Amino acid sequence: MTTTSTQRADVDRLAPQRPAPRKKRNWSMAGRIVLLLIASVFILGPVLWTLSTSLRPPAESFQLPPSFLPLNPDFSSYDQVFKQLNIMLLVLNSALVTGLIAVGQMFTAALAGYAFANLKFRGRGALFSIVLATMMVPAQVTIVPVFMLIRGIGLSDTLLALILPAIPTAFGTFLMRQYFLGLPNDLGEAAAIDGASPWRTFRSVYAPLAMPGMAIVGILAFNYHWNEFFRPLILTISEQNFTLPLGLVSLQGNLGTGSISVVLAGVILSMIPALVVFMFGQRALRDGLTAGTGK
Amino acid sequence: MSTATTGMSTKRRNGAGSKRRNGGGTGSESFGRQRQRWLPWAFLAPTILGMGLFTLVPIVASVVLAFFRWDIISAPSFVGFDNFAEVVQDPTVRVSFLNTIMFVVVAVALQLGLALALAIMVQEKLPAWLRVFFRSAFFFPLILSAASVSIFMRYLFNEQFGVVNWLLSFVGIPAVPWLTTPAGSAAVVILVYVWQNFGFSFLLFIGGLASIPTETYEAASIDGATGWRKHLHVTLPLLSPTTLVASVMAIINALQVFDQPYVLTRGGPGDSTRTAVMVIFESAFQRLEFGQASAIGVILTLIIMAITAAQFRLSKRFVFYQ
Repeated sequence: MTTTSTQRADVDRLAPQRPAPRKKRNWSMAGRIVLLLIASVFILGPVLWTLSTSLRPPAESFQLPPSFLPLNPDFSSYDQVFKQLNIMLLVLNSALVTGLIAVGQMFTAALAGYAFANLKFRGRGALFSIVLATMMVPAQVTIVPVFMLIRGIGLSDTLLALILPAIPTAFGTFLMRQYFLGLPNDLGEAAAIDGASPWRTFRSVYAPLAMPGMAIVGILAFNYHWNEFFRPLILTISEQNFTLPLGLVSLQGNLGTGSISVVLAGVILSMIPALVVFMFGQRALRDGLTAGTGK
Repeated sequence: MSTATTGMSTKRRNGAGSKRRNGGGTGSESFGRQRQRWLPWAFLAPTILGMGLFTLVPIVASVVLAFFRWDIISAPSFVGFDNFAEVVQDPTVRVSFLNTIMFVVVAVALQLGLALALAIMVQEKLPAWLRVFFRSAFFFPLILSAASVSIFMRYLFNEQFGVVNWLLSFVGIPAVPWLTTPAGSAAVVILVYVWQNFGFSFLLFIGGLASIPTETYEAASIDGATGWRKHLHVTLPLLSPTTLVASVMAIINALQVFDQPYVLTRGGPGDSTRTAVMVIFESAFQRLEFGQASAIGVILTLIIMAITAAQFRLSKRFVFYQ
């Protein structure tokens, strides 16, 4: 995490150092920009089409030529999505599930990461290896026993069935341990000399300094669980417990191809929170996603 | 730990801790050993208990379950390796694993190739604002839900009214039956998956490129290496640690593909886009064959663990570290 920011500072490193003839270099740069722009069109085009089609009257959804820019926005699809789908409930469910998972992960990962980094206890190394090893087993593989367990403790078809199993986080614990290892350890010693208890040392000295790390854990959790589809598909049954992606997929199944702009309006609405995170937390998200890849 | 061993174990802990720069003991001695001993466990309790219950127990349970026949309604019965034998012979499971392997090979190759090419282009000399724009654009699909992406991509790949076929018509390609033929469906699943996920490999390559020292390029250009030769002989070898990590992560993620084929094609037409995780889902939650589902899961996990192990070996033998 800490190294990436310094690396990013010299992005110009790859520029050829020996001055090549000026004209030639400009041509190669122009060529690269054209190629990169084409790639960007392929990446952003589908999203722009989704946005502008959601802003066309439902009857024109499939009209060709397609529209990529919403020049005459028509909001009737947005009215429809509120009528045909209990979208406020879906938003509320998704927000509740995602929010509680994110907050839960931030706290449990900070506590466990601190213990692995700064406290000594028997079996610390072995226990940390076990935590790391669990990351190798995909969640799709353990879903059958998790489903049984949820049924067993009487949580099937509740939002808690989505929240509780997602709170303990191996990756978050790993990230927070790295973060605490990067903090100077004389702070804790100074606090101890002043007579602070180990808990106070954590709460008043280390936890505030670890906020950026906790923010990364929270943003990663948000990005993953706001968008997740597999677990809600299995662990929720009644529509009142659906999250947004699940609700939208079932909306697409229920409606014919006649009103795709309504489905697309729902898709656009579901993107808004992710877009906010993208605008304000992109750096944290990038650092979190690439953390622990051994760069 | 019992109270009788307190003195000894404290000493041992301090001995072990001194090896580590930041190794604990924040105010331990002044505080009383009683307190220090349970304190780490209080910090760990939520994570350890939660992971034990929701991760470790399920891992063990799914291995055990793989040797039982169970449909939830009647009592589970031990069947030895029967589930594995049946699963290995089941044509749908076989096709799904073959589909998954084909998918992984093509999608990962496309994803890594595209990510590497774009990362090299973005990291070379470029106006700063354009670099920021391109990086954000390529990263953007990662924040979307695979389900939502598959929803709008299904419309874009519609045979009659889709934008993709409309664009292809300008270069004289007649309407492609994307979602109604096996080959077309497989192509759509791959394209949609790569569209959304290449940004992750792109990020890793950007990080790897930034860590190659400038002097290496100076030396190469003094020796007369320019353009693509520079990248072939300097960038690629020096980037090999990143390439290895990026490939392993891409392979492991692609092996678990579910959302895109589920929403785009439901595994069809026929079994042409059914994947390994889809058959786990279907045998467990549609056919209530929990033992068989677990057996498929165990096989998939073993494949993933083998790839992770191979990564460690390969990184020792082939990767060029500076």
